[in-house]
Order: sequence, then structure tokens, then C-alpha cells
Amino acid sequence: MATFIQLLVSGLATGAIYALIAVGFTLLWQTSQTINFAQGEFVMVPAFFILEAMYLGAPFWLAALIGIALSVLLLGLTFKLIIVDPMLKHGVLPLVISTIALSLFMKEMVKNLYSSQAQPFPALVAPYDFHILGAVISSQSLAVLAVAISAVVLLHLLLHKTRLGRAMQATAQNPTLARILGISVRRMVLYTFMINAVLCAIASILISPIYLAKFVNGETLGIAAFLAAIIGGFNQVRGAIVGGFLIGILDNLSAAYISSTYRAASPLLILIVIIMFRPQGLLGRVEERTV
Amino acid sequence: MLRFGLCSLAVLATVGLATPGHAQSTIFMPAVVEESGPGAVSGTNFRDGLKLAVEEINAKGGILGKKIDMPIFDTQSQAGVSRGLIQKVLDNKPYVIFGPVYSGSVLVDMQLTQQAEIPEIVGGEAATITQKGDPYVFRTSFGQQASMPKIGNYIADGLKAKTVALVWVNSDFGKPGRDAFLKEMAKHNIKVLTDISTELGQTDFSADVIKVKAANADVIFPYINEEECARFLKEARKQGITKTPIVGETTLLSQKVIELAGSAAEGAQAHVGLTVDAPIPAVQEFLAKFKKKFNYVPDHNGIKGYTAAYFVKHVTEKIGKFDSKAFAKAAHGMTITPKDEPGILMEATWDENGDIDRASFLGEVVDGKQKIVKILPKIGK
Repeated sequence: MATFIQLLVSGLATGAIYALIAVGFTLLWQTSQTINFAQGEFVMVPAFFILEAMYLGAPFWLAALIGIALSVLLLGLTFKLIIVDPMLKHGVLPLVISTIALSLFMKEMVKNLYSSQAQPFPALVAPYDFHILGAVISSQSLAVLAVAISAVVLLHLLLHKTRLGRAMQATAQNPTLARILGISVRRMVLYTFMINAVLCAIASILISPIYLAKFVNGETLGIAAFLAAIIGGFNQVRGAIVGGFLIGILDNLSAAYISSTYRAASPLLILIVIIMFRPQGLLGRVEERTV
Repeated sequence: MLRFGLCSLAVLATVGLATPGHAQSTIFMPAVVEESGPGAVSGTNFRDGLKLAVEEINAKGGILGKKIDMPIFDTQSQAGVSRGLIQKVLDNKPYVIFGPVYSGSVLVDMQLTQQAEIPEIVGGEAATITQKGDPYVFRTSFGQQASMPKIGNYIADGLKAKTVALVWVNSDFGKPGRDAFLKEMAKHNIKVLTDISTELGQTDFSADVIKVKAANADVIFPYINEEECARFLKEARKQGITKTPIVGETTLLSQKVIELAGSAAEGAQAHVGLTVDAPIPAVQEFLAKFKKKFNYVPDHNGIKGYTAAYFVKHVTEKIGKFDSKAFAKAAHGMTITPKDEPGILMEATWDENGDIDRASFLGEVVDGKQKIVKILPKIGK
């Protein structure tokens, strides 16, 4: 039982990080039909912004804020203006290819600047063990869970309880109508990209102490989050959250009770089942398109 | 397919650009190492050790009056790329080849070097490398068949353990190591309570550590690569494993692991075939030179690279000519002492299989540094 609880908490902590990244995926898709295949690299890069700020003498908390700010500027604003806007008018496929190219560029750039070796990254909190029902739960797992859940709750409040959030939702549901209602669709889409950058930067802060900061980290994270978004429902934020947690828990349980070697296959098996029996995802909506 | 194509292009471009021909005053000895990918830590250390030695040898006039021409090729830690590079450098008729460090790469390369009758001075530690009867492969550090008995003795006699939890990387390095370790455990009647296979480059060790913890063994033995060691140690400490001894092989105590794992590495113990912390003046002198040149502390792979170049120098000077076949013949059974060749750092003997024998160490991480607690003599002594 104790082992199961530990696996569950650990899976929830990892799943919460996947959920953050997957939520970003769905936000971009909903507002601008952008499938960002550089999403994993968007999580990998902020860790290096933070390390660079720390190298220049900033304490961790300040470096983290600088990392988030730089992410918003470069991975939100600049990405939207320089890559998404010019490419989106040519359709989804050219944009997908552009984001694949961007992911390769970011990976190689980090490798050249920081070497191919992993870099140590500070943990969010000091290590401390909590003993619950015979299981040892680390303060770091709990901190990851707390931060990720807080970020999701804040996002939910922003989207559902503020005028700005409702305008963003309106943009996602029907851009033409939103425009008629006087909502600046362009600005709302831009805000979504900035929110995605913040989510990626937070995910980076949470995952890098575990994975260590390394140029290849985005590969695993990007795939896991993409699968989470599809399993949960690509057009629903809450679907992405459920998908993220599901993959995190499943990954841990299958590694422990089946085999580490086959752990990567478990989410794919779930994906196949979902596509066969519920193609819109666990919580997704069926989308009808006119031709 | 696209990846394969790009890799092939990169291989062709690199080789094409880097080997435009060799002047008669130089001798061609290429290095094929892991400069990127999961093996980059090991490969770059090996490469820099080689560079330092080659620079020193060339500054003193080279070998038999010829300076060493050592272009470096990156295997990207991929066996396929490594094999392609070896084939290309063989086309340029090298005297010897240095590297690679990854056992998986060595195992696919050595068929080519054996066929071409060119000695390959490798950093790989998989037991299988020297069990194939290849007279052209030479190690620069212990193989698993030499290091595991020392570890087995320590776990049984030093720690008095009755049970052990094993975590190993499922690769050409990890699998033979695991097999050799299990053999030693059986010899000492130590029960292996859990036997967990992990993946190369694995990032998340939480499930593995929870299983290890649940096994409640007397000793935990992780046999995985450097970065994975760091992640494993961090996760182990995170999950509250603080009292069970974590004992490993050289990779566990490498400088990079200590740097990455931070305080989580504290107390980890390992058998170390080579270390810059060895209380040997020649090794300390090497460390100072290496740090001055490359501005970082090398791990055991740095020493492997450094001594590899001096091994070639000494054997070549002994035979008095650049003859690859004569080199391979003479190197088997040769003992080189620091008195004969200071660059060899410690007395070493190469047996008929190309395995190396020399003194080794038992180390522990104390206050964020590797501390040597015991020197273990050569097996042949």
C-alpha cells in the first residue's frame, strides 16, 4: 500500500507538469489552430534562461522571474509575431513544419551554447520527508503538485471569472462573432501565446530539478504533453489536465508493476484505445466542420 | 529515414573536410569519440585527455620523429554513426584509432578494425569487448570482468551484505555488467532482491527508486551512466533512502555525477578503476595540467584518453617503427611503468586479450568530493 501511495503521488507530480504543458497545447489550438511541435523545447529553454540569470548573480527566485519574463517575450510574443502570424495564413501544415524546424533550432542552439552535457538545476524547496500511511512523500513532489495545481486554478479563474478570460473564450469559440462584439481577436490570441509561455516556464522550473537541464529534455516532454492533450481532448483545457495526470500516473505505475522498458508504450496504448472508441478524447467535444 | 540520411551526410561531410591528406612528417591517428548525445560526458573527457597528451608528445618532437595528426570525429553516441566514421577513417590508413568510449559503439566498430588489422584503443568497459578474440582491441580501463570481482568482494566482506537491489542500464554497457555482477553475487551467496532494467538517457527514476526502496536490501547497486546516476541519486534521496549504502562502479563517483547530484551524492561509494583523486603524484600532476588547459576537473575518461596516447607512444618506440600489426603483437603482455613512460601515470599491463590490469581504488563522496578510502592492488599481483 505504501509503495502504491508513493507511486501515485510521484505520478501525480509528474502528471501535473505534463498537464501544464498540455494545457498550453490546447490553448494555442483553440484560439489559433496552432499545433506547436516545439512545445517540449519551450519547456526546455526557460531552464537555461534561469541558469544564465543565476550565473549573472541573481538569486533563484529572481532568476525564475527573469526566466518567466524572457519566456513571455521570446516564446510568447516573438514566436507569435515572427513565426505563427506569417505562417498561419498558409494553413496548418506549414506552421506545423515551422514549429518542427523551430524545435530543432532551439535544441541545437542550447547544445552549442551550453554543451550537450546536463546542468544541475536547483530544487524549488529543500528536501524534507513526510510520512503518510507508511509512505514517504517528499516535500519536492508536494511542491511540484502545489505549484502546478495553483497555476491551473489561476488559469481557470482567469478564463472563467474575468472579462479578459471570457473574451479569450469567445475568441476561441467563434472569432467572427467575437470580432462583431468588439473583442480584439488578435490581442486575445497574443495573450494566449503569452499564457502558454508562462505555463511552459513554470513547467520548466518544476521539471528541471528532476530531469536536470539538458538540451534533449523537450523531446520526452513534448511527446508526453501532446499525448496528454489528445487523450484528454485537444479542444478542452480540462481534458488536457485529465490527460496529463493520467499519463503521469500510468507512466509510473507501468514502470513499477510492468517494466521500465515498456513504460513509454503505455500512454501510446491508451491513445490507440481512445482513438478507437472516443476519438474526441476523454473530455473533448466532437467538432463539426463545414466543407 | 530522414535522421539516418542527415547522420550519413554529417559523417561524410565531417570526414571529407577533416582528412584532406596527411603530410609525411605526421602520423595519422584519428579519434572517434562521443562529443554529443548521452555519451558526451564520457566522450569529451576522453577526447580532452587525448588532446592534452598529443599536444605534449608533439611538443617534444612526436613519436619516432613524426608528429601525431589526430582529427576528432563525433559519433553522436550512436553505434551506427560510429561504425560509419570508423570505416571512413580506415580508408585513410590510420596507424591506430582512439575511441570510442561507448561499449555499444566499440562492439560494432571492432569488426572493421580487426579486418583492417588496425589497433583500436577504446574506452569501453563491457566485458564482451575483449571476449571476442580480437587481437587489435586494447582497453584503457578495467573491463567489467576485472572490476566486478572487486565490487563483489567489497559488498560481501567490506559491507557484510546479504541482500542487494540492482538497477542497471539496458545497453551494451549495462547488460554484460549486470551479468558479471549477478555472477559475483551468486559466488558470495548474496541474494538479489530486485533486478531493475532502465533505459539509456532515462530521465525519471521515481518508479524505479520506489521499487528499490520497497525491496529493502542491504545495499543498492546502480550500474547506469553518469547523468542517469545523478538522477537516480537525487530521486533516491528525495524518496528518503538515506541509510542504505549505495555502491557502484566508476560512473557513480564521476565528477559530473557529484556536480549534478549535489548533496544527494553524499555517501555514495564505488570501485573506481581510475580517478583524478588518486593519491598518486603523477595523477595529481595530470589533473593540474588538465584543469589549466580545459578549465574543468576530468573524470576517469580523461585519464583513459591521456594514457591511451602515451600507451601508443611507448609501444611504438619499443617496436621502433609505425607498423600496426607489429604494434598489436608487441602490446599484448606488455607492462609499462611510470619510470619507463611517465605519461602512463600508473603501472599497467595489457594481457593477451587486450585487457588492462593496474591498481584501482575504493572511493566515497565526502563533503561533495570524491575521497579515496582504499587502494586495491593489481589483480596479477
